[in-house]
Amino acid sequence: MGRYVARRLLQMIPVFIGSTLLIFLMMYALPGDPVRALMGDQAFDPAVVESIRHDLGLDLPIWQQYLNYLGGLLQGDFGTTIGSQRPVADIIAEAFPVTIRLTLFAFVFLVIVGISLGVIAGLRPDSVRDRGLLTLTLVLISMPSFVLGYLMQYLFAFQLGVTTPTVQDSENFGDLLLPAIVLASLSLAYVARLTRTSMAENLRADYMRTAVAKGLPRSRIVGVHLMRNSMIPVVTFLGTDIGNLMTGAIVTEGIFNVQGVGDAIYEALFRREGATVVGIASLIVIVYLVASLLVDLLYAVLDPRIRYA
Amino acid sequence: MPEKTAEKAEKTVANDLAQGTAAVAAESGPTPAKARSLWSDAWHDLRRNPLFLVSAVLILLLVVMAAAPGLFTSASPRDADLAKHYLQHPNWGNFFAPDWLGYDGQGRSIYARIVYGARASILVGVGVTVLVAVLGTAVGMTAGYFGGWLDSMLSRVTDVFMAIPYLLGALVVLTTFEVRTVWVVMLAMAFLGWTTIARVARGSVITVKQADYVVAAKALGASTTRIMLKHILPNALAPIIVVATIALGGYIAAEATLSFLGVGLAEPTVSWGVDVSAGREQLRNAPYVLIIPSVMVSITVLSFLMFGDAVRNALDPKLR
Amino acid sequence: MTIIDKPADVPAPRAGDDFDGPLLEVRDLHVEFHTRDGIAKAVNGVNYTVNAGETLAVLGESGSGKSVTAQAIMGILDMPPGRIPKGEIFFRGEDMLRMSGEERRKIRGRKIAMIFQDALSSLNPVLSVGYQLGEMFRVHQGLSKKDAKLKAIELMDRVRIPAAKERVGDYPHQFSGGMRQRIMIAMALALEPELIIADEPTTALDVTVQAQVMDLLAELQREYNMGLILITHDLGVVADVADKIAVMYAGRIVETAPVHELYKRPAHPYTRGLLDSIPRLDQKGQELYAIKGLPPNLTRIPSGCAFNPRCPKAQDICRTEVPALLPVTERDGSELAGRGSACHFWKETIHG
Repeated sequence: MGRYVARRLLQMIPVFIGSTLLIFLMMYALPGDPVRALMGDQAFDPAVVESIRHDLGLDLPIWQQYLNYLGGLLQGDFGTTIGSQRPVADIIAEAFPVTIRLTLFAFVFLVIVGISLGVIAGLRPDSVRDRGLLTLTLVLISMPSFVLGYLMQYLFAFQLGVTTPTVQDSENFGDLLLPAIVLASLSLAYVARLTRTSMAENLRADYMRTAVAKGLPRSRIVGVHLMRNSMIPVVTFLGTDIGNLMTGAIVTEGIFNVQGVGDAIYEALFRREGATVVGIASLIVIVYLVASLLVDLLYAVLDPRIRYA
Repeated sequence: MPEKTAEKAEKTVANDLAQGTAAVAAESGPTPAKARSLWSDAWHDLRRNPLFLVSAVLILLLVVMAAAPGLFTSASPRDADLAKHYLQHPNWGNFFAPDWLGYDGQGRSIYARIVYGARASILVGVGVTVLVAVLGTAVGMTAGYFGGWLDSMLSRVTDVFMAIPYLLGALVVLTTFEVRTVWVVMLAMAFLGWTTIARVARGSVITVKQADYVVAAKALGASTTRIMLKHILPNALAPIIVVATIALGGYIAAEATLSFLGVGLAEPTVSWGVDVSAGREQLRNAPYVLIIPSVMVSITVLSFLMFGDAVRNALDPKLR
Repeated sequence: MTIIDKPADVPAPRAGDDFDGPLLEVRDLHVEFHTRDGIAKAVNGVNYTVNAGETLAVLGESGSGKSVTAQAIMGILDMPPGRIPKGEIFFRGEDMLRMSGEERRKIRGRKIAMIFQDALSSLNPVLSVGYQLGEMFRVHQGLSKKDAKLKAIELMDRVRIPAAKERVGDYPHQFSGGMRQRIMIAMALALEPELIIADEPTTALDVTVQAQVMDLLAELQREYNMGLILITHDLGVVADVADKIAVMYAGRIVETAPVHELYKRPAHPYTRGLLDSIPRLDQKGQELYAIKGLPPNLTRIPSGCAFNPRCPKAQDICRTEVPALLPVTERDGSELAGRGSACHFWKETIHG
């Protein structure tokens, strides 16, 4: 087990380097110049631009720039922004807690509601409530979050007046409720569908018949025998979904004006602040990789047939 | 989040279906007659599925709209008449007239913009799906068929692309382009989206590769290319088609989201996502400017999802 | 059907046992399934009884209704699509089909237990065998987790699983096929039920292991004086352990007999066909006999005797009239205990 974890951690290193390199290349090798973005539409002196580029190390070959960046990152240095000379670490420290709060809120919401809906439908495959739920999830899935976000904003803030259209205080869970629901909706629909499919499939399994033949009460048959088996694919999905939830926050935060990672990354992209973008992206990649490792470990706990080879 | 739809749809399918369909494909392989029966069986099922029929009609309508928008409206999506700007509300009874759905902030007919906007959505959706299917199948088949170091290397590359959240990657790539045409958006989305199909293709190729008839073909001295194209590809196709069809709806949602965020398509291309973005300004006074293109995006995505669902059910015997 | 002679050392009935009828009596049981292709009539009027300490073997091809009958007794039929339009199942004189769900649940596992064919898929893959065995005691007897585990180890010892103490935390996939089937048996025996239904308990096993598992089952049955319904399509398994046999075809019992009588003198052409299709050493070189044709489609059972399209002796009457299960007698009319045949021409078959 310890060995497996160590090997997985080692395997993460090339994937981490590869992903950050890819983002780095996309940021710096493709056209688009941060210094020119800094100048905006003003007339500028090419010589000034050149000297700024030199100061920032932007005239070095791209691989050297990446190595410099990676070296800094290993020492915990995320670099500074070009525009305001602000340490990127500051921006991250400010934005991450907000997004993590929002993501966790959404995550808890989608786990509870998604799995419950899936269980309700999966216990009676092809019943009216099953078909109803499948239709509902299909509608949710086909609604991009900006559509759902604005519809909810229009309905709850402008029509009913029960909330403010934007989030005033990102530490207030009441304020975050609407954005969290919007952020969770798509994953929620997938979790519900996956739970439902998995339950309906396992319901037909031989061991379920055995459990009935043992004279177990229904609550135990469903709660212990069916759930343990049905949650395996759902857990896998949830783990790989955390990274997506965090980036999904870009849209949600935009709609509800939450000052989180999405907001920071969006701004940095338009200013071509490479260090900020790559820094935030690296953290999200790490979250994704760690979450997938945790899922793999959890997977083995849930399913004893999986062995660490 | 819509932008994740594609990826997630693929993942979900990959999770709970791809293996099943891969197995079917493998089993149905040995003779052409049997292979044909999988597809004809599927067609038989599809024709009786109301979900499929409804979605097929909707998709057909959207495709015609994309190909020949002039058939649906005489108005131009770019004619701005400020006298008619958003304060002129929809005239709900006046079907298919330029003022049917009202006018947007610049006094352009929303109905005309809806009709003309279909082209961008359909083009990007279908284009990305085709690109992703071709690229993903090529990578996945190569990795699955040859195995060894080539497989390890390609799998690591797939891991790298998978670790980058789709929306984040697309944002980074697209902001570097100053002019974002349909082609740029399409290529950028495909560049980041091929991984799931590659995994599904790799998995099913590995399954099919071990089938007796492939071993037999090899023993008879068939060339690698021949085995790949004649034996492996047709039988690994079912799961790939399933994943790709379901992903199509997701790509349309993703395009709309990117356009909405201002990094996808931009004026003068007519796009629903751009229109939703513009509609934000007056959500309180003229919500229809935002809601109508939003609903259009949803209906389109829903059509493709239902279509994909129906195809999956038809090709997956486990659900039969 | 009568009770076959018992060894003298049959244990006395359990305490508080004041019912002296048969342990289980199935009367005129019908089961049907509503499918897309119509109504499949899986069981069409089955009658049988099982007494304490007795083994009834139910023989038949797949689709003959032998497993469905067992599932109806056990109360684990999927309903819908299954339905029991008619019939009674008496357990110790009480009709289980009229009981509430909760009453039936309390009988399942505790009074009547079942052993399934494929132990690998019938055991829950993600729960340890100790947990699955202990669950019986925790649910039905309210034992603590710790005590239940001790009981589980005891049970595993009982069915002779080596190193039970070390293996109690292992999962089903970590055991061999034979050991897994022993665990299934242990689970069925846990609460010392009065009746065990074993649905093809050895079919999935290697031939060498089959005998061991069957012997174990028979031994434990004797020890606890349980009734046993052994469902099988394998005539070889039956001969050693069963007291009496019921042969089923298309949802009906076509012949009943004490086990050795049946082998000696079958009274139904179907039974004869089954016996003739067993390979025999003394007929080396001859072509192996096989019953021609296929089992009937249960949505369209042939009129008259369901076996008539495959029967070598079929006459016109077989195509129109359903033969009743009638007592079989000797040539001189003297009764043959426990024998019955549902064939218009049973006389010709047994004596001819």
